[in-house]
Amino acid sequence: MVSTPMVAMQGVQKHFGSLHVLQDIDLEVAQGEVVVVIGPSGSGKSTLCRTINRLETIDEGTISLDGQPLPAEGKPLAQLRADVGMVFQSFNLFAHKTILENVTLGPIKVRGEKKADAEARAMELLKRVGVDSQAQKLPAQLSGGQQQRVAIARALAMQPKVMLFDEPTSALDPEMISEVLDTMTSLARDGMTMIVVTHEMGFARTAADRVVFMADGRIVEQNTPQEFFDHPQSERARDFLGKILKH
Amino acid sequence: MDVLVDNADLILDGFWKTLQLVLVSGAYALVIGVLVAVARVSPVGVLRGAATVYVTLFRNTPLLILIIIAYYGMPDIGINPGFFPLITIAMGIYTSTFIAEALRSGINGVPVGQAEAARAVGMPFGMTMTQVVLPQAGRLIVPPVASVLIALVKNTSLAGAFGIAEATFRMRGLLNDHATDRWWIFFGIGLGYVVIVEVISLIAYLIERRWKVVTR
Repeated sequence: MVSTPMVAMQGVQKHFGSLHVLQDIDLEVAQGEVVVVIGPSGSGKSTLCRTINRLETIDEGTISLDGQPLPAEGKPLAQLRADVGMVFQSFNLFAHKTILENVTLGPIKVRGEKKADAEARAMELLKRVGVDSQAQKLPAQLSGGQQQRVAIARALAMQPKVMLFDEPTSALDPEMISEVLDTMTSLARDGMTMIVVTHEMGFARTAADRVVFMADGRIVEQNTPQEFFDHPQSERARDFLGKILKH
Repeated sequence: MDVLVDNADLILDGFWKTLQLVLVSGAYALVIGVLVAVARVSPVGVLRGAATVYVTLFRNTPLLILIIIAYYGMPDIGINPGFFPLITIAMGIYTSTFIAEALRSGINGVPVGQAEAARAVGMPFGMTMTQVVLPQAGRLIVPPVASVLIALVKNTSLAGAFGIAEATFRMRGLLNDHATDRWWIFFGIGLGYVVIVEVISLIAYLIERRWKVVTR
């Protein structure tokens, strides 16, 4: 029996004006799989990540989540997005809500959960990511690393089928990066399906089941982290790895 | 000075009418303005188009012409709820375009990531607006909305030309009857407007202070 992939992209094309930002993208991500997408800036990796919950529309091709094609607009799309957790580069915590409210807003308003239930689970999640002591503060009062961990808790509170990470550590100071990566690694270990766009090669090596290398809007190469980092097949990947591993 | 004291009831009555004009057309303007602003940023093309046409049409027409159309035109085609409603609707529609634009600039001032994050947790457009975007835009729009309402206060003086006995209408009456005291009359009526405007400014200040949120 072949199980339905959690995420399936087929023949996806996208243009930004004259720029062909996603070209012939075919990608399947199995349930529980952790896929790390790497590549140079402007390779389309963030765009790819954002098309999966349709924050970016696509011009051609199909994207399905857990066997369901992405709806174009409206309520069905909103429902589907509720099942996809997303973590942004710039955290995007709701600036006017407390940390606790940030985590409970979705469950209460979108899922219709009772406030007490949502708060109890939110506190558990905040504890898990290590910021439960900050629950009553506003986002701006937290460090970047703490904010990003709250953002992960906020996404988890919706009990998503898959989590998307769009360069989650790129806006962080070096010492905060590891606290966020630790949280993500533990999530990966718990079997969450994850698609992670990142420049953190260490994370890719240790946490990924598969590395997808993108350049110029195409998936150039994909492999296990071990194989990819030790024996890159394409010239483009060798060039990229040569540059980033030099320093 | 005596002229103001002797006619205090007339003047106060005039300002009460002015206040009624402000409150009723201001309410129309705020309700319509919010709807139009939300339509202008909605994902539905037809709504965006209609709202843009609405703003273009009514913001670019002089208020006096809108009032004349409402005052003479509407009864002509069988719509005649009375002069006060007609004039307040005209002023409300005119003012709503400025409210809508002030709101839209406030909405655009909220970082786009906030709306994206709301959509990403599964909020539909309306909920994204009411839960995340508008509460944050609110603080940004208080000063421009206050300016629009202050302009409305002064615009209500146009209604006096159409027989609504508001403050400016009373002023003209007093000027006729007490021509030698005209400077006292100017001063008294002007002061009344200043008081109303200052009250609006104060309320705006208090709201702004109250809504102050720490962001980044």
